[in-house]
Amino acid sequence: MATFDLNINGTNQQVDVDPDTPILWVLRDSLKMVGTKYGCGIGQCGSCTIHVDGSAIRSCSLPVGSVGNKKITTIEGLATDRGLNAVQEAWLEEDVAQCGYCQAGQIMSAAALLKENKNPDDAQIESAMAGNICRCGTYVRIKKAVRSAADKMG
Amino acid sequence: MTTNINSKHNRRAFLKISTVAGGGLVLGLNMLTSCQRPGASDEIEMPEEWFEMNAYLKVGDNGVVTIFSPNPEIGQNVKTSMPMIVAEELDVDWKNVVVEQAGLDTDKYTRQLAGGSQSIRQGWNGLRKAGATARYMLLMAAAEQWEVPVEELTTSNGMIMHEGSGQKIGYGEVASAAGQLQVPEEVPMKEAKDFNIIGTPTLNVDGEAIVTGKPLFGLDVQREGMLIAMAEHAPAFGMTVKTFDATDALAMPGIKDVFTINTRPEGAEQQWSDVNAFPELVVVVGETTWQVMKAKKALKIEWEKTSDLENTANHETALAQLIEQPTAEPARRDGNPEKAFAEAAQVIERTYSAPFLAHNPMEPMNFFAHVTEDKAELLGPIQTPQYLRMTASELLGMPEENVSIMMTRMGGGFGRRLYGHFGVEAALISQKAKAPVKLVYSREDDMTNGVYRPAYKVKYRAALDADNNLIGFHVRGAGVHGSPVFQNRFPAGAVDNYLVENHGLESNVSTGAWRAPRSNFIAGAEQSFLDEVAEAAGKDPIEMRLELFERAQNNPVGENNDYDAERYAGVLKLVKEKCNWGTEADGTYRGVSAYYCHNSYVAQVVDIVKEDGKPRVNKVWCAVDCGIVVNPEGAKNQIEGGLVDGIGHAMFSALTLKEGRPEQQNFDAYRLIRHTEAPREIETHFVDNGIDPTGLGEPGLPPIQAAVANALYKATGNRLYKQPFVQEEELLG
Repeated sequence: MATFDLNINGTNQQVDVDPDTPILWVLRDSLKMVGTKYGCGIGQCGSCTIHVDGSAIRSCSLPVGSVGNKKITTIEGLATDRGLNAVQEAWLEEDVAQCGYCQAGQIMSAAALLKENKNPDDAQIESAMAGNICRCGTYVRIKKAVRSAADKMG
Repeated sequence: MTTNINSKHNRRAFLKISTVAGGGLVLGLNMLTSCQRPGASDEIEMPEEWFEMNAYLKVGDNGVVTIFSPNPEIGQNVKTSMPMIVAEELDVDWKNVVVEQAGLDTDKYTRQLAGGSQSIRQGWNGLRKAGATARYMLLMAAAEQWEVPVEELTTSNGMIMHEGSGQKIGYGEVASAAGQLQVPEEVPMKEAKDFNIIGTPTLNVDGEAIVTGKPLFGLDVQREGMLIAMAEHAPAFGMTVKTFDATDALAMPGIKDVFTINTRPEGAEQQWSDVNAFPELVVVVGETTWQVMKAKKALKIEWEKTSDLENTANHETALAQLIEQPTAEPARRDGNPEKAFAEAAQVIERTYSAPFLAHNPMEPMNFFAHVTEDKAELLGPIQTPQYLRMTASELLGMPEENVSIMMTRMGGGFGRRLYGHFGVEAALISQKAKAPVKLVYSREDDMTNGVYRPAYKVKYRAALDADNNLIGFHVRGAGVHGSPVFQNRFPAGAVDNYLVENHGLESNVSTGAWRAPRSNFIAGAEQSFLDEVAEAAGKDPIEMRLELFERAQNNPVGENNDYDAERYAGVLKLVKEKCNWGTEADGTYRGVSAYYCHNSYVAQVVDIVKEDGKPRVNKVWCAVDCGIVVNPEGAKNQIEGGLVDGIGHAMFSALTLKEGRPEQQNFDAYRLIRHTEAPREIETHFVDNGIDPTGLGEPGLPPIQAAVANALYKATGNRLYKQPFVQEEELLG
């Protein structure tokens, strides 16, 4: 066990865990922040997507020991005091979710994409989102929501 | 589940004060959801007092209404659509409704089950009656107060009006008096034309909680003192635990205990839902998920063989043999099929096959259990809570009334969570560990401890006469644990000489219902075959089907035909019109398919284009007849998701076995459809016929496989007979 100081959603958090513990389980078990989901544990499904210094990362495959002082943002930190993030708003308006389990990861991937590319075309959206699986098959709505979020942020 | 909003609450804080019976919840699950968008300027306030009208609803003194959603929510949107039906008849403003998930309560509710696309169809009357009865009791209370006949009162959006005297009163003001009244036996219900909530596109009541990452799912459950458990099952079907050595695992940090459990002890009564190939498990209990995951890998377990270790190749061979064998007793026989085939001018014969499929809901199996000396609390994702309680009660040695079950929102299920052994396992682990425990399956545990969609094979034969009339039809189906063929479904009833034969193959691989059981394979085979028959007959594929439906409608063959030919033809005609059938642009390849299941009719047309030589589904048109559409937004989403799911599994997915061992254990090897492979556009149209609603969660999936295969044939010149189609890559062009 070792102590780690983490910057999560703008707050400093101290946890005492094994250095190989993936951030996913630090969030879920140590910090009780369960918005980030476990889906596969091998970085294949995207359910656990978070932002590390603004980039989309699969938290199931990122050991806490390798994070250092990088800034972590989770789905819980996407909204601000002013309200929901444009991506979250678009997700609600398009009524994207079915079971909803993968959607936090989808939203985090979409938010990271729109930070880098303000006006992605359909092919760019598809390829940026290809690492996120939705077993319910909400892909068409997800794409619409990403477009609409881009327009909102425009 | 009890609601902890007591009469003393007179502040704006709401929605997060839900707790589960037993208390001690560190992190409340969001089971209570306002239908008003949070953040809206006119956020609803919680009432000071609630008045329970019946099992489905209670009215607050300020007119806010809580509606209990009785059935498990698995992503099929019932937590939104079931309360909409109650709210409609209650005649209340949807914005003033709070939805709460009900726990298992067989005294209050019937059929608290998510399966067979039946929640809305079977709940329809009860839900309407619950709303209408409460409304009428509120009217009776107002009539008494105003001393006017109840017949003179009308309602609108939670207000009661008396036109003669101009008086008005809110539901909340008469709720206390209404709650004292005797429940009337007969109450008026709305006519469909007066619906204003049913038929209005309505957003998912959990939408906000989902996009902000609130705890909703079984895996999100946290409790004071809760331990994490994981279980190791045998690596192959046909094996079980012999001995284990936990020395290394027990020495690892955070690990509390290692032991075995058995969910199928000798003599224990079994339910239909107790399907599970691995009742004996080695369980690791510890403090955190990661610690337990690592300790599980450090277990040294010796397994022993209890029956044959089966291979996919052997299943293939055995099924291929079965579809060459006549059965002694055909499942259906009309006319004289042998004679029709002997006299045919042309016989078309094709064989279709598909592999095992895992369910792979994105949330792996899990369950929370807290078992003490005299009671058990179970909380988690389950499609069949009533059956889980029966088995848990039996194995815990506790009467059913001491076992409570609360359903969490499910991260998908697709049939997998009909088989609740993981809930039983959690209960036994908690009992043995003497602690509240959350059992967690890794993805590998989930995929390899499956209740799979069976592997199937079917042979179709069609006889055409010299004028290209379909005079004979023969289907022989075989599958692991049973045939995929429904003997009384189309085209039965439309062909004079008809023969259906069904075979099942014994196996130690556990199989079960997977979204649209049997239909998920047979629709694709049947509708691909009919496309070939139409081609051989020189007919347009839609016209040929319409001719058959006309025959089935006007002069049906046999008596047990399990479909309404007029409604079936209706969706085909609608999709034909919407896609402008026959007018596709150059470079666009079109396929059609139609299928009936779960009491609903779906026709689909697919347009495929080739990009860099690879086929891509560009657009799908769907025509759906599921009767009254309760929530058009959710309904469209179900149809879209169903067909994307159907395309994905037909194109890419398979679970194969080698020496009893599943060869795919995670998403690196098991391929699911992704964003880049999904259709670009989906257009869905519903038939507006005012008929009581029927199934919607499953019917969108089955037909699409054939629509895609038929379009791929146009694009490549190759017919596809073997799922997943991706293994015939050279045929896909």
